[in-house]
Amino acid sequence: MVQFSLPKNSRITTGKTWPKPDGATNVRKFQIYRWSPEDGANPRVDTYFLDMDKCGPMVLDALIKIKNEIDPTLTFRRSCREGICGSCAMNIDGINTLACIYGLDEITGDVKIYPLPHMPVVKDLIPDLTHFYAQHASIMPWLETKTNRPAKEWRQSIEDRKKLDGLYECVMCASCSTACPSYWWNGDRYLGPAALLHAYRWIIDSRDEATGERLDQLEDPFKLYRCHTIMNCTKTCPKGLNPANAIAQIKKMMVERAV
Amino acid sequence: MRYLTDRKRALGLGASGQGTQHFWHMLVGSIALVILMPLFIFTFGAGFDGSREEVISFFGRPFPAILTALTLFVAITHFKRETQEAIEDYVHGLTGKLLYIAVGALAWILIAAGLFALVKIAL
Repeated sequence: MVQFSLPKNSRITTGKTWPKPDGATNVRKFQIYRWSPEDGANPRVDTYFLDMDKCGPMVLDALIKIKNEIDPTLTFRRSCREGICGSCAMNIDGINTLACIYGLDEITGDVKIYPLPHMPVVKDLIPDLTHFYAQHASIMPWLETKTNRPAKEWRQSIEDRKKLDGLYECVMCASCSTACPSYWWNGDRYLGPAALLHAYRWIIDSRDEATGERLDQLEDPFKLYRCHTIMNCTKTCPKGLNPANAIAQIKKMMVERAV
Repeated sequence: MRYLTDRKRALGLGASGQGTQHFWHMLVGSIALVILMPLFIFTFGAGFDGSREEVISFFGRPFPAILTALTLFVAITHFKRETQEAIEDYVHGLTGKLLYIAVGALAWILIAAGLFALVKIAL
């Protein structure tokens, strides 16, 4: 049976409240999930206060400020700061998104930050994405060809190239997969919206010659058909992509070749 | 503890080669029920408020009898597939497999009982 409540050692406790900045008038409260594998303690939520007159506009700016000026032990992934690398995906104000492109002005009240839901936590805001990346690798995210390599390049028409728009932009941040209840309950077998969006990207690539094999690999009640069109993936995607539509298109192709 | 690579864990036992048929049947069943259910409700309602003899003679007519049989079969097989999918979602291991079989058996018993009653009334 799926587990509907957290195990005892995962129940969140109240953590440390850090002092407010001296002399600041524009102060904002941040509640951040903290957990370290080293101390054996339960996860906790620490409270920080920031002077917003001295802080950048994005959630990632606030996290970096906290790490640099208040608590250097706060751990999170970040790299590009412009929504391209997908490193800083986390649950902010109840939404899975990228901290670097989510504005603090989009949040009303206190800022609550948790790691991506339903994933093992490595430390603080860092989820373990090992299985997620392995699932991505399993859909063979590369061009598969059988024809001899052409002298110059694999050619593609402008119309066929346009079909990849809305798919190639995925940065594999895992926001969609970790927002999907089907992925929560069956993430070991269900590929999840991100891997399936990438699978569709290669299935409809006019240059790829392994369409049948790719569809064969997805012909499974769990790998593909655990998607129940809940649409959380599309709602949460920080890049504005539509994984639910990509999955629906794969299902349509499956029916086309079977019926 | 098993020393499996991440890729092997993700691949599992590979694709089972089925799923599309279930998806297709659910789709066709849903569309069929959109047509059948209103027809059934209105037909059933029309023949419901008579005496016992009137109801029996009403379901002895071909249209209400065939419509009831079709609705019964399509609705219960649809319920069976949907429930089995929910079991696959939420109940894992041996319990899940036993529940899956139980729901299938219950659905076929309901269909058989319903059709038997209908045939008995109609003939």
